Amino acid sequence: MSQAALEIVSGGIGVSIQDAGRTGYRSIGVPVSGALDPLLLAAANGLVGNAPAVAGLELRLVATALKAVGGPLRVALAGDVSTRLLAASGEGRAVAAWSSVTLVDGDVLQIGRPRGTAYLAVAGGIRTPKMLGSRSTYARAGLGLLLAPGERLPCAVFTGEVHRDWRAAGPLHHASGPIRVMPGPQLDHFGAAAREAFFGADFVVTPAHDRMGLRLAGPPLQHLEGGADIVSDGVTPGAIQVPADGQPIVLLADCQTVGGYPKIATVIRADLPRLAHVEAGDVLRFCCVDATAAAAARRALSRGLADWLAALQPAGTLDAASLLSANLAGAAVRGDET
Amino acid sequence: MSLPAAGYPRLLALGDAAFTVEFGDGIAPETHARVLGFAAALDTLVADGRLPGVIERVPTFRSVTVHFDPERAASGVLGETLLALAGEGRRATASGRLWTLPVCFDDDLAPDLADVAARAGLTREAVIALLTATEFSVYMLGFLPGFPYLGGLPAVLEMPRLATPRSRVPAGSVAIAGRMCAVYPWHSPGGWRLVGRTGARLFDTTQAARPALLAPGDRVRWQAVAREALGE
Repeated sequence: MSQAALEIVSGGIGVSIQDAGRTGYRSIGVPVSGALDPLLLAAANGLVGNAPAVAGLELRLVATALKAVGGPLRVALAGDVSTRLLAASGEGRAVAAWSSVTLVDGDVLQIGRPRGTAYLAVAGGIRTPKMLGSRSTYARAGLGLLLAPGERLPCAVFTGEVHRDWRAAGPLHHASGPIRVMPGPQLDHFGAAAREAFFGADFVVTPAHDRMGLRLAGPPLQHLEGGADIVSDGVTPGAIQVPADGQPIVLLADCQTVGGYPKIATVIRADLPRLAHVEAGDVLRFCCVDATAAAAARRALSRGLADWLAALQPAGTLDAASLLSANLAGAAVRGDET
Repeated sequence: MSLPAAGYPRLLALGDAAFTVEFGDGIAPETHARVLGFAAALDTLVADGRLPGVIERVPTFRSVTVHFDPERAASGVLGETLLALAGEGRRATASGRLWTLPVCFDDDLAPDLADVAARAGLTREAVIALLTATEFSVYMLGFLPGFPYLGGLPAVLEMPRLATPRSRVPAGSVAIAGRMCAVYPWHSPGGWRLVGRTGARLFDTTQAARPALLAPGDRVRWQAVAREALGE
């Protein structure tokens, strides 16, 4: 298959390559990594005809510009983000998220700073070399490609029908309401007051958040006599550690494999994707569910994705103008923040 | 054979896609022997296809975390199976590999060595003699890919981490904290006390079958070498 590439024109920390992550190496300290929101990656992949976990670009915190080298390349964006296509011919136009677009050699995509996390998928996937079974970037150990301006990401040339792009009927929405957690594994390190506070109070997302975790601010959660140190044991994305200051840290995809703080609760799988989209100042609440409810939530999530994918249509068959205006309205709101 | 600690083993849910099986709450050779015995038994069941949906297991000082795919494993049944397996009380029988790794104690590669000696009331040479006479055991890997927690540090060298962690610890640094010794496979921030530098490559991404040099249960001896021998 002939090669094309996406060149990083601008962008930096916050932009990474992600797929389903790296499994099988946690016993030697390698984080699982992978997309913070696998659903949105699946949605972007669906729009370009890829399998759900094919490697794409995860976009966070910064604006990014990408140039098509060779081609054509078919790409799609999923997320709360506004984008312009600066064609090689010189003209520019808005590109709606939740639809695919086909780039030719020299086209530049100017992707705004996403609210939360957005994904860009390329038909055929990004084809950087796999390291330990995954293309996911994990900078601390040099796993996966570190992205910097000038870097060219190898991609497949799109060989399908160039004029037949795809659109979703609308954004893929996540559940709202409190973040659902299962208690523990170290709930018994906390007394009634801390438990009540954890399951009742508001927790504000602090600026200290990245792919490793979210540091929250709320009422201090006091440990019982045992204190804030445990002999390190296994952790997983979603585990909520409480260090000595009583301020919880929710671990995310790039978290270490073991940790030495008691974990008051663990976010269920189905609600982990929601945490990809919180930003500093957002307020989180937690509620307790059991394994049965967690399983039901996972089923609801996969049904939602399947329904959303089934409703994809060739571009032009939907009211494109209303999609576009929805996207522009989103951009206007973001204008105050940047 | 000593008995397991009261109340152990026990099974804890770590969300809806992992269990932690605990064998104790402290760091002790007996607890760790049970951890490794359980991990080995689990590996056998997984290899035989008798635990569908189990993805991987992470042995630590005192527990084993079992990550599973909840769509392929019924969590209730899996939990019962894990607890029953843990209750069999297996201990690791075979000890792992014995590694002799080079370490250079030159002052600039061991910036905390003099201070460690002073705190322990020993000479620098006596600390080196203790470190190179000890057979350490690999309790677990974590913190960073390939970062080994080595148990067996002589009690006289037990001391807390630095009050202010370094923002950059060089890769290959051999370090101590508490009753542990460790090696930083990558440059990284870190609060352990740096007592030497090794040239051993602890993590190699091109070795997909065994990217980490050390595995839990292995043993490590340090051999003092001149800095030329580090291959830097």
